[in-house]
Amino acid sequence: MMEIMGVSVALLGLFAGFGVLIGLLFGFFGMGGSFLVTPALMVMGYETDVAVASGLAFVFATSVIATLKHRDLGQVDYKLGVLMIAGTTAGIEVGKIGLHYLQNIGLADTVVSVIYVLLLGGIGAFITYTAVKGGDGGGLSPDHDEADGEINPDEIPDIAKTIQSYRIPPMISLRGGITVSLWMILLVAFATGLLSGFLGVGGGFIRMPALFYLIGVPVPIAVGTDLFEIVFSGGIGSFLYAMDGAVNLSIVVPLLAGSAGGARIGAAATSLVDEDEIKVYFGVMLLLGAVAVALRKIGTFMDIPVLQTVSLAVILGAATLVAGAVVVSSIRALRAEEPPAASAAD
Amino acid sequence: MFGLESATGIDGALLVIGVVLLEAIILYVGYGLLEKLVGPTLVDAVGGNR
Repeated sequence: MMEIMGVSVALLGLFAGFGVLIGLLFGFFGMGGSFLVTPALMVMGYETDVAVASGLAFVFATSVIATLKHRDLGQVDYKLGVLMIAGTTAGIEVGKIGLHYLQNIGLADTVVSVIYVLLLGGIGAFITYTAVKGGDGGGLSPDHDEADGEINPDEIPDIAKTIQSYRIPPMISLRGGITVSLWMILLVAFATGLLSGFLGVGGGFIRMPALFYLIGVPVPIAVGTDLFEIVFSGGIGSFLYAMDGAVNLSIVVPLLAGSAGGARIGAAATSLVDEDEIKVYFGVMLLLGAVAVALRKIGTFMDIPVLQTVSLAVILGAATLVAGAVVVSSIRALRAEEPPAASAAD
Repeated sequence: MFGLESATGIDGALLVIGVVLLEAIILYVGYGLLEKLVGPTLVDAVGGNR
């Protein structure tokens, strides 16, 4: 079989293709996708620490690219970002210690899989429910045309209002005109860092909602600050794992090459497609991701090898379904647009 | 890949993460140029405006 630098071309192509799907989802939704990498690698038979480490390295590189794009939009709260980095760093280290401990007693795969199922399933169910129910879709979607101003008090979630009411000094003023206790910020940061180090995810799909729902940061600033923070959390996490030689470049390099291209297509699609149309597919994809991890675990536990293949097919199929829906909707929107008038052409 | 399979410790980690970071920057610049060069043509072609 043909190889490049000792890695089969088929495997490189598979990862690059998967990267395009993930990048497209990340570029379009501003979150999500990257957390599919680690379970997919585990389904493919990689050791848990390699899957986690390579997932973190991929997340790190993806967030570098995304932050470079967002740096001029003014949607990054650096003070909040630095505080989040401090709390997240401690959380990642504790998460890593926890993962190594579980590996030593042979429970890492089971525990990580169960937490993935619960997280993916829970968030997927929430997004699907809010999308089907209508309304604001859970308030998580970054409005790409939204001005980067102060948040409307009516738009601050009730939980965030409660957390903001705990005025334990020192109080920190954040962009968007909100004030929160330093300790609340550090607590949220630590909790998301713990999951980041433990599960090998950048934490965006947990932290971005946490910044909005728990701290009350306006969504555009939550997205920008989250990306800025993922650069550091992903970088530190992958560096710690790389010291043990767990980062597999034959996974990360092609995956990133595909996702960087896919992210540009996804980002371009945001100006064409009504996100609410696609959100229900996204929620279903997360639910299918949870099903895939559960199937793999059942296959291992009951010694049914075919379930491993079914599980991988479900993950790839779900990502393909949603990415395909974004592309098809974008093409339809482009074709439905009126051709530009001659006087308006530049 | 790149002969870095056995890279461990602080030096090895710096090398591996450096490779990933370098790739990210190259991709950002490369895809950005590609988007500028062929993006409008591609959008017109897909949208049926040409």
